[in-house]
Amino acid sequence: MTEIIKSVVCPICGCLCDDLEVTVENNEIVKMKNGCAVCEAKMVHGYKSDERILEPHIRKNGKLVPVSMDEAIYKAAQILTDAKYPLLFGWTSSASETQHVGVELAEELGCALDNCCSVCHGPSVMAIQEIGIPTATLGQIRHRADLLVYWACDPWSAHPRHVERYTAFTDGRFEKSEFKEYVQKLKGKASKKKVEAAIRRTQVRYQPPPRPQTAIVEAPPPTLAKTGRKMIVFDVKKTMTAEVADYFVQVEPNSDYEIFGAMRCLVNDQEIDVDKVGGVPVEYLKEIVDAMVNADFGAIFFGLGLTQSVGRFRNIEIAIAMTRDLNRKTKFVISPMRGHFNVTGANTVFAWQTGYPFALDFSQGYPQYNPGEFTANDLLRRGDNDATLVISADPGAHFPKSSIQNMMKHPLITINPDWNAISRLGDVVFPAQWCGIEQAGTAYRMDSVAISLKKVVEAPKGVPSDEEIIKRILNKVRVIKAQKTRKDVTETKNVENKKI
Amino acid sequence: MTEILIKNGFVVDPLNKIDCQKMDIAIKNGRIVEKVNEREAKIIDASGLTVMAGGVDLHSHIAGSEVNLGRMLRPDDHVKDAVRKTALTRAGTGYSIPSTYVTGYRYSKMGYTTVMNPSMAAMKAKHAHEELNDIPLIDKASFTLLGDWWFALENIAKGDLVECARHIAWMIRATRSYAIKIVNPGGLESWGFGRNVHSIDDKVPNFDLTPRDIITGLAKVNTMLNMPHTIHLHTNNLGVPGNYKTAIETMQALESVYTGDKPIGHITHIQFCSFAGDNWAHFKSGAAEIANYLNAHNHMTIDIGQVTFADTTTMTADGPFEFSLYELGGHNKWVNSDVETESSGGIIPFHFKKKNAVNAIQWSIGLELSLMVKDPWKVAMTTDHPNGGPFYHYPRVFAWLYSRKAREATLKKCNKKAQRKSLLPTLDREYTLYELAIITRAGTAKMLGLKNKGHIGIGAEADVAIYNINPNTTDIAQDYKPVRKAFSNAIYTIKDGEIVVKDKELVTIRPGRTMWLDVQTKEPCRIDDELKRKFKEYWTIEFDNYPVTDHYIKVPEKITIQASV
Ligand code: SF4
Ligand SMILES: [Zn+2]
Repeated sequence: MTEIIKSVVCPICGCLCDDLEVTVENNEIVKMKNGCAVCEAKMVHGYKSDERILEPHIRKNGKLVPVSMDEAIYKAAQILTDAKYPLLFGWTSSASETQHVGVELAEELGCALDNCCSVCHGPSVMAIQEIGIPTATLGQIRHRADLLVYWACDPWSAHPRHVERYTAFTDGRFEKSEFKEYVQKLKGKASKKKVEAAIRRTQVRYQPPPRPQTAIVEAPPPTLAKTGRKMIVFDVKKTMTAEVADYFVQVEPNSDYEIFGAMRCLVNDQEIDVDKVGGVPVEYLKEIVDAMVNADFGAIFFGLGLTQSVGRFRNIEIAIAMTRDLNRKTKFVISPMRGHFNVTGANTVFAWQTGYPFALDFSQGYPQYNPGEFTANDLLRRGDNDATLVISADPGAHFPKSSIQNMMKHPLITINPDWNAISRLGDVVFPAQWCGIEQAGTAYRMDSVAISLKKVVEAPKGVPSDEEIIKRILNKVRVIKAQKTRKDVTETKNVENKKI
Repeated sequence: MTEILIKNGFVVDPLNKIDCQKMDIAIKNGRIVEKVNEREAKIIDASGLTVMAGGVDLHSHIAGSEVNLGRMLRPDDHVKDAVRKTALTRAGTGYSIPSTYVTGYRYSKMGYTTVMNPSMAAMKAKHAHEELNDIPLIDKASFTLLGDWWFALENIAKGDLVECARHIAWMIRATRSYAIKIVNPGGLESWGFGRNVHSIDDKVPNFDLTPRDIITGLAKVNTMLNMPHTIHLHTNNLGVPGNYKTAIETMQALESVYTGDKPIGHITHIQFCSFAGDNWAHFKSGAAEIANYLNAHNHMTIDIGQVTFADTTTMTADGPFEFSLYELGGHNKWVNSDVETESSGGIIPFHFKKKNAVNAIQWSIGLELSLMVKDPWKVAMTTDHPNGGPFYHYPRVFAWLYSRKAREATLKKCNKKAQRKSLLPTLDREYTLYELAIITRAGTAKMLGLKNKGHIGIGAEADVAIYNINPNTTDIAQDYKPVRKAFSNAIYTIKDGEIVVKDKELVTIRPGRTMWLDVQTKEPCRIDDELKRKFKEYWTIEFDNYPVTDHYIKVPEKITIQASV
């Protein structure tokens, strides 16, 4: 039986493209239209991998052995209630419905709760809490932006359809796609073969081999002054996105803060006394700022290159401050390129239930927020928590060794669809459905628009959703806690009786 | 279902013209009934207490994308108001933008049972509904931002109001909404390119129409659709000195739509558009002008947007307004959040201070309006939560209204210039409990067209609040403090016939309903084809994925409306 399902949402990156056409045959995705290569890799192939966890496991005598769901749930609940201060971490590849129960579980346990935001755009969130942010939904940018700036991010590889769906290569009501012009531009530059290769690249999106570093920043091209859509890329290396941009500015590593500072001065009509900032001649920056001020609508997108380099949240803060100042002259917005498809949802759901987007603690009975204190890596590095639950994330592959070492000193529960690095380390390992493929739910796009994920195939038999697992753990935790208090009460009674 | 009998309370029920009469209220199966079996019913002895219908708030930003962005923006706000988990209730935080659960708890403790969430971007409706599900104990509904929606603008510009009405009906259904919200019409579209409109006759860039066309057009559409509420309007030029003229022009523009039976427009948080004086230095109250107009006309209702002197968070879909507020200086955080094809938004934390002349005059304006508009049925009490102050400051506002002494005490602490300019010393009026019940439940329910709410006559939903106020022995104007306290925590709150607050404490947590309108037009289909074709061009979400599905509303109350087109 073949079924074609339309308007399927891609559960991979923060773009949450919702126009996929998926062909399902015998409960298997066999074809996918409209998605990018990354999407195809997961939706058509990846999710079926042999590395799939098909049943719960518990580590017994050092070895993971399959157990029943009931046993695993009980064990997990026991670990969490026995621990003084567990940490619940991950959540960003789960639906918001799961995240929702997660907060309740953390509250019940009085423990720490954090999501992957703390290792990606946490600094962006903190910067926003410092000074706010002028931003817009992606469609607003698609319709209106005539100047697009990508800063320290490479959508071409990390958010492959961002440019074609939302920015430079899409037709908006007031701004038309520059895709054709881009092809023209290439034609002027190169032979036919090269053009074909480039067009193929835009379709197949293959990763080009790394380019040799060029230290010199080229002068801004005259196109920067033209009307119509323009794209500028700031980065430390020439990425594929930089390749298709009208102008690429190669900045010295860790100099973003200075460059923003200089540009902010220029936006505010102040003079700068140096020739170069961060490797970029000030006269070029002037031309860039002119283009920004003269734009009808400008948009800046920034990535982890900004949040994870020297300056961290201060980089974002000054980027936002510059954008804010630009709004005195024209319209400008700025937006983080959120990575995992529902990291924005994790922030959103946590915030509406507790007021805080990540780095949470419930040990006092009420929510507390402190990045640096309750963020997963900081807790782990200090060895503060004595049990960890990881859900829909793989810190095994991304966290520093010291954090993982401390994590391993205490029981670890994992909930993931496949045997990723962290699942292999778990003491209780749950299987889970692929959210957005086998499980419906809600995700929040990088611009905070809620989109409904679809279920297109059935999960393997016996593999529950992570929402169900968290709910069952929560119920079990409540049962165990109730038993404990009853026991405590009888014990104290016994003590009192003895006294008498 | 248990039966309840509330005995011997002083009942204040303006919709049934009952004013502090000692009588019993019987409840069965979630409704007010004539009588119950006294031996089986649960008896609440309300002697010496005031019994009212549950409060109905018609404008309070409690959920959705904008509200939540405000929450995320302000850890500094929450840290001073942490709420502990109990065996019954969830943890959370306040202060100006409480987390969802806390919002429900605090409303319920104040004796409120229904709250309207007045600003929902259509594209972000799912988010709003997800949050509403997490607000327990109260019924709620949302108003969709439609005043700058491209489909509406295009149809109004074409002069095709019938088509416009069909589109709006689709959208109300697709977003599970209750009313048409208009915010700075034309201004939000202009803000897409960083501009604004400055009068109701300015041209909206890129669209061949004016704010006047939008306002009157949508008011007519609202009538065609037989909507229970009127258009809910946040005027142009909000927050600008001299803007009372815009407010009056707006109301005048709507005179032509009025047919004489019921109001056709509601201006929300009118305090923010009752400013006189040409600039901030000459800032003064335009309340008298607005009140005079309202006293002479019957086609409009208002809510106040009272300032309560709080360190609060302003948030509105009026992006250009928030930007100009930011430009006034003194703010360290500014959020702008445009929504493609539909709307915009802005947030600024704001501390209203008694010693600040403008803030104090704003406080005065709100009260002047409430006191000078003679007919309380035209007025709804709001703080435009959290804009003028958080909702749980309502009892303060009540006190300023029912007690001259209370407002004099506050006025004395205000900026001297503001004191000199205030009209309050000339106003003797003090609200009675009866009038207070009108502006907090009876009148608001009427404005919203909620027939079973806002009163406790036979057949009404059994939403009841019992306050520790004895109207026989208390001079509320003199003893304003204990009465204020009584309003801030009901002795009993009953929701759908179930006791949720008892002895001032929450005793049961139950979900509230989300009301939404299924507006049935005679010819609905044509718009779907057009919508589908245009969808790809206008939005970045597929047509199929746009509407809010049943999944997003845990306890829905669908209200079917037959439109006349
Ligand atoms: S850009 Fe991101 S969301 Fe869109 S198809 Fe590719 S991986 Fe999926
Ligand atoms: Zn409002």
